[in-house]
Amino acid sequence: MTGQLIELGAIILALGLLGAVSVRFSISPIPLYLLAGLAFGSGGILPLTTSEEFVSLGAEVGVILLLFTLGLEYTPDELVATLRTSAPVGLADLALNAAPGAIAAILLGWGPVAAVALAGVTCVTSSGITAKVIGDLGWLGNRETPAVLSVLVFEDLAMAAYLPILTALLAGAGLLGGTLTLLIAAGTISVILFVALRHGTIVERFVASPSQEVLLLKVLGLTVLVAGLAQQLQVSAAVGAFLVGIAVSGPLAHDARQLIAPLRDLFAAVFFVFFGLHTDPTELPPVVGIAALLAVAGILTKSATGWLAARRAGVAATGRLRAGTALVPRGEFNIVIAGLAVTAGGDSRLGPLAAAYVLILAVAGPLLARAAEPFAHAVRMRRSTAGS
Amino acid sequence: MDVERTALPGIGLQHVFTTAKGRRIGAISHRDGRRDLLVYDRVDPDTCVLTVPLTVEEANALAELLGSARIVERLTELHRQVEGLVSSQIPIAAGSPYDGRTLGDAQIRTRTGASIVAVVRDGNVVASPRPDFGFQARDIVVVVGTAEGTAAAGDVLATG
Repeated sequence: MTGQLIELGAIILALGLLGAVSVRFSISPIPLYLLAGLAFGSGGILPLTTSEEFVSLGAEVGVILLLFTLGLEYTPDELVATLRTSAPVGLADLALNAAPGAIAAILLGWGPVAAVALAGVTCVTSSGITAKVIGDLGWLGNRETPAVLSVLVFEDLAMAAYLPILTALLAGAGLLGGTLTLLIAAGTISVILFVALRHGTIVERFVASPSQEVLLLKVLGLTVLVAGLAQQLQVSAAVGAFLVGIAVSGPLAHDARQLIAPLRDLFAAVFFVFFGLHTDPTELPPVVGIAALLAVAGILTKSATGWLAARRAGVAATGRLRAGTALVPRGEFNIVIAGLAVTAGGDSRLGPLAAAYVLILAVAGPLLARAAEPFAHAVRMRRSTAGS
Repeated sequence: MDVERTALPGIGLQHVFTTAKGRRIGAISHRDGRRDLLVYDRVDPDTCVLTVPLTVEEANALAELLGSARIVERLTELHRQVEGLVSSQIPIAAGSPYDGRTLGDAQIRTRTGASIVAVVRDGNVVASPRPDFGFQARDIVVVVGTAEGTAAAGDVLATG
């Protein structure tokens, strides 16, 4: 028991120190947490022995809270409006960015299930890192920003449909069993969405409390309970949590976000460590080449998405370039998808590949975004000198 | 004047318009009440070159400055235009005999010839306050009159 406490304290303290580094250099802490997990894990420099059980449960809670706070960001009306207005760009985004992962998995001979998982890994932009980039660079007021945010919302919605499909496929369900699971999933999602959209006030009335303590416990309890029930119904716990987040909106969402944010930060950090723990660093070198190729493809496809989205909003070339680079970072949800695949017994090389992919793009994305405006300026200058 | 209103999913609302002189400016209303003041590039209307984050109070103060608080500014102008007329802003100190009493009690016009035209309280302007208006400490009383009259009004409000 004492050994557990020492290890746990050491892990969290190490994460805190890494977090301080990320704040100092204004970068995302995710790649640093992943590296820490790799160092602690099997085959790493400091293998953990006793606190695995806590870390493993904590990681599950981390995923649930990540998705819950994501759902809190959006009101049901915003989701419906985004679906109406941004569907063409959103679908183009999914097609362009899922393709590299799916093709890579098939070429590597990992099979169709891994192809679906890897498609998800290459597709989703990290809304957390992108939001930070937009804020840090003062791009919030720019005309392409609503289009970029809409792409993020669309991806998050798509994930609510994607995760149950992936869960069913990973469970190795046959055609009949798989269809049944998907039907149950679709039914559950429809029920939760219906309650969220039409009767969100019921949920809010149940949860609301003037006491912060009561509110925290109710929100956390409800989220984890619904996530657990969703998991029982093969819908994926993460999606259940996401839908609870959507059901809670208005001033209550604001309070809930402030209360849950510290818990989310703690457990999400534990999740990244957990993922790193289960990734053997010695398996990284063989997949680094593939990850780099996928990263280059991912930069190109996301830039194309951003370009399309911004052009549709009537924005000129500089803004289109900004939109593209803002969408490049990958992060938490790519790891969530890979984590699901690996724990469900998917191809073990998927973990290291996803880790390397996210390590590259979580760092390269914000750097590219910083370079977007100087690059556009340089191109304009060259064109004008060439023209004169 | 056309104000473009755009929803920013997960953040709030954005309002932008173009001024008569051709500058694009706007504001983002965050859901938690914060505001960002936006100023766009002169040439490229897509690019926001300046974002000033404002707290709720700062945003209110700015709105006051641009809106109703202009009354003080107009008074200063009036003061410049009319020779011999002085406007002065007199704070009600915590120990003032009129802290908690009404404007009518002070009988400023009868005693000094100057007029109280406005009171500024917590950044809000009460224009043309009525005789039953109750003074509080930290109010700023705007008085217009001759130089002697406004000085006398200052003495009355400070010492009775």
